[in-house]
Amino acid sequence: MNLQRRDFFKVLSAGVVTATTSRTAFARPTKTMPPESVGLLYDATLCIGCKACEVGCKTRNNKPSVHSEIEEHFNVNGTWDDARDLDSATMNKIKVYKNGTAAVKDQEIDGFSFVKRACMHCYDPDCQSACPTSALQKNPVTGIVTWDRDACCGCRYCQIACQYLIPKFEYHKALPSLVKCEMCHHILETGGITGCAEYCPTGATIFGKAKDLLAEAHKRLNLKNGERYDFPVRTVNAKDKKSRPVGKYVNYIYGEKEGGGAQYIMLSAVPFEKLGLPKMPERSGAARSETLQHTLYTGFIGPIVLLGAMVTAAYRSVKKHQSDE
Amino acid sequence: MSKEGSIDVNTGQRLTSLEQKGVSRRDFLKFCTAVAATMGMPLSMAEVIAQTVGSAKRPPVIWLHFQECTGCTESLLRATHPSVEHLVLDLISLDYSETLNVAAGHQVEEALHQSIEANKGKFILVCEGSVPINDGGIYCKIGGRTALEIVKDIGPKAAAVVAIGSCASWGGVQSASPNPTGAKGIHEILTDQAVINLPGCPASPYNLLSTVLYFLTLGKLPELDAMGRPKFAYGRLVHENCERRPHFDAGRFAEVFGDDGHRQGWCLYKLGCKGPETYANCPIQLYCDVGSNAWPVGTGHPCFGCTEKGVGFTKPIHQQATVFTVTPPATYPDIVEEKTSGGWTIGGAAVAGALAGAAVTAGIKVTKRLADEEGVKEDKAAKDKS
Amino acid sequence: MSETKPLGGKIFTRPFKILMIFGLIAVFFILKRYFFGIGSVSNLNDGYPWGMWIVYDVVTGTAIACGGYAMAMLVYIFNKGHYHPLVRSALMAGMFGYTLAGVSIYVDTGRWWNLQNIFLPGTANPNSIMFEVAVCVALYVAVMWIEFSPTFFEGKAQHEGKLKILNKVMFFFIGLGVLLPTLHQSSLGSLMIIAGQKVSPLWQTDWLPFLYLMTALTMGYAIVVFESLFSSIGLKRPMETSMLSKLAGVIPKLLIVYFIFRFGDLIYRGALGHILAFDLKSIMFILENLLYIYPLVILFSATKRKSPKYLFLSAVSMLLAGALYRFNTYLIGFNPGNGYNYFPAFSEIMITVGIIAIEIMAYLLFVKRLPVLPEVKHA
Repeated sequence: MNLQRRDFFKVLSAGVVTATTSRTAFARPTKTMPPESVGLLYDATLCIGCKACEVGCKTRNNKPSVHSEIEEHFNVNGTWDDARDLDSATMNKIKVYKNGTAAVKDQEIDGFSFVKRACMHCYDPDCQSACPTSALQKNPVTGIVTWDRDACCGCRYCQIACQYLIPKFEYHKALPSLVKCEMCHHILETGGITGCAEYCPTGATIFGKAKDLLAEAHKRLNLKNGERYDFPVRTVNAKDKKSRPVGKYVNYIYGEKEGGGAQYIMLSAVPFEKLGLPKMPERSGAARSETLQHTLYTGFIGPIVLLGAMVTAAYRSVKKHQSDE
Repeated sequence: MSKEGSIDVNTGQRLTSLEQKGVSRRDFLKFCTAVAATMGMPLSMAEVIAQTVGSAKRPPVIWLHFQECTGCTESLLRATHPSVEHLVLDLISLDYSETLNVAAGHQVEEALHQSIEANKGKFILVCEGSVPINDGGIYCKIGGRTALEIVKDIGPKAAAVVAIGSCASWGGVQSASPNPTGAKGIHEILTDQAVINLPGCPASPYNLLSTVLYFLTLGKLPELDAMGRPKFAYGRLVHENCERRPHFDAGRFAEVFGDDGHRQGWCLYKLGCKGPETYANCPIQLYCDVGSNAWPVGTGHPCFGCTEKGVGFTKPIHQQATVFTVTPPATYPDIVEEKTSGGWTIGGAAVAGALAGAAVTAGIKVTKRLADEEGVKEDKAAKDKS
Repeated sequence: MSETKPLGGKIFTRPFKILMIFGLIAVFFILKRYFFGIGSVSNLNDGYPWGMWIVYDVVTGTAIACGGYAMAMLVYIFNKGHYHPLVRSALMAGMFGYTLAGVSIYVDTGRWWNLQNIFLPGTANPNSIMFEVAVCVALYVAVMWIEFSPTFFEGKAQHEGKLKILNKVMFFFIGLGVLLPTLHQSSLGSLMIIAGQKVSPLWQTDWLPFLYLMTALTMGYAIVVFESLFSSIGLKRPMETSMLSKLAGVIPKLLIVYFIFRFGDLIYRGALGHILAFDLKSIMFILENLLYIYPLVILFSATKRKSPKYLFLSAVSMLLAGALYRFNTYLIGFNPGNGYNYFPAFSEIMITVGIIAIEIMAYLLFVKRLPVLPEVKHA
């Protein structure tokens, strides 16, 4: 009897030691940018809050307008306006930050600013790591995170995992789908660009290769506030440009490092936290979760050893019990 | 045709003469009410205006034309409620107007001179058109005198100076780059006196009528903004009054003339509408009294900012406007939108409470039973011992 | 197992009929869920995608169902043969608990017809902690039914052959039956690691798997004590106090290890300050730990362990502590932000209640018709 207990504890402590000391050896690093990844750059200082991008997104993705919330909220009928937040019919949302008198655009105190919320298409998506059926997959070339309706079991673990609260679920349907921005990949395949960038009149949202957009964002941060710059409209390499004075940016690109970086990056004159964009560590949640998982289950060594110990102990115990009878 | 001095100025006589012309008392009062409404005054003002109009001596008005297309006069002639040629000619004594004078030449210049002399300090000077200043102002001469000389001569003698149209307000189309004639607005010439600017191309006639009536009724100028424009007409952006604003707010834009969005009357911001940076009351006033949509945007063409210096005749028609008041409406979604569903409901709370209560009751019961049995056992053990 | 015997007696007693009503109510709402969507019977939303069904039925329910696991560990691994009579009923309760957790999964998931994708090569994602939980739980349910199957075959001549084979290979399944819960009960804790900042620092830690495993074990012992005492009262059987008091002695030892790591981790991460916030989270944290401390203190005393009253109260406190710990991690300490709220809806709660009612009905049915409970030997 004592022998068995000793064996058991030996195995258990070996496992614990392995788990805690070889953490770095098994550590799964945060994933990085696929080289041909495409993305979006949103510049809040150019945004006029017209919501043409919402209309573009709905048009290109065949999603219905959502009037119910605003009509319920304000007790009115027949509004033209749309949902109050991202939801299962709204994959792209413009929201406004207001402070004090909200008199001046792109000003933190007594000012206001717009922000565009949609899927970040992270380089190391938490949703992809969480999904047990591989329904959410990051395309290895374009980096777009798409949802596969034939794989998804509707467990909503992705909703738990996503720090930006992006995936939305059709709770009101008997046969529900998961809804989130998929960067209009069906249009990109035919040579077009995303609906939001297509419809944006001011160049606040532009489409392009992620590395080009990152370069453009850095370029803008190096410009002086007030100097005139030709902002491209629709795509980062567009010939159509709008000459405008450069705004007073917060010296930071949101999405460059958050959770390992994302393909949807943003510039703003108001601190990003005020715009509802969470402060995130550089190490992705996926890396953290998977490191733990792999540490305990690498090569199934731990489980198999443990199983061996359990089975042996059980065998001896059963045999003893049977011989006692 | 002016009828100065030939009409009796006593109370009631004006109305009688109007009735003779087919303007009923009811129509007249309607007109006064409309004027009060246009100026954003309480409706009780309508009666005061009626009395003023009905009883005042017709004030003399001198209307000068400089570098202009005469569009402002033409637009005034198209005012219809009531038929303006009757009313204006009865309300005011139009002593000089190059468009409407029957006489010409030396004769009319003499009439002008006489009117100025007779009404010094009491007449209203309306100026249409810009004043060129380059090369001594030779680019506009009337009766041998430059516009510059004329306005500098007559202006100080007027009781009030009104600059009608964008040309008179800030130079208008003549001032478009490179502005070869050095066209200037009236207030840039008459720097020592107040000039009311009523820009527009053409200016809305009702803005002029309302301003004049306001002055006659209350004896003072209406509240003006920093550029000398009456706030009742120029206090808000076209963008703020535009009937297509809901489309802007919802992001529905016409992309190309004739596309689906354009046909459905969507916002013209992407086609270069300058509404967001232009102050005027066109969407409310409309033009020509032909009903709704009788203004540029209403007909499907973007506003080009005709009233605004720096916008009209300066910015290309299809260049995107700078949106001044992007201040979002109160209904705009906030960063954090409190969700109305998902929280506790009476049903949920009730059943949760009931279950908790039942569990606690059952637990207490069982505990008591166990304690009792324990007590019985202890008694039995004690008994057995003793 | 010669020492167990069917209890016999009427199935359709009054309590049973009441349970049936709750069961039928749940069936009604479950049908509504399938016809009209999850939203028609619950308050689950995009901010709180997991609610009553996942947190109680699956996470807490399986922890409570760890009676079988805890007993198997004691009897077969640590060879405490004298607890043997308690094994089968603990196993059965565990079996039902896990099976119905599986049923709850089919109710909760939106695209349940694709659930098998979790297991199929091509779609399975071994990086996901959910994958691990699903595979282990599914296997464990199968293992438990296999472990329990002799109960169906005992005393029946036609099944003697099957019984012989089962008993020969049982040791393997017993071993599995101890391994699998170790894996998935810890993973049920790891599930929330990827939730990151959404879980309060009072609960979010890399030690979640270990802490969940420890509490699952303690809950396993607690449920055995609870069920035994409850059955004794409810089914009018003698109390197994001496066995239970020895068993309950394991709990405080495990709890001490738990507290060392729990608070050690809180101190290391500098999260202690949150306890003094006295908002809902901090109050629930304090409550949770008080519920752990009570059995820890009470069950340390050998005298108190002999009292059925204290055994019962400690077991209840232990179960509540473990349940509250799970509710805190998944719901109360979970804040997605963005103005989302969640409180279970009436129909949502009734589905859970109905499932529990069905579980109790099955327990009663089996216990009365199959040799599960130890035979009462009259002196």
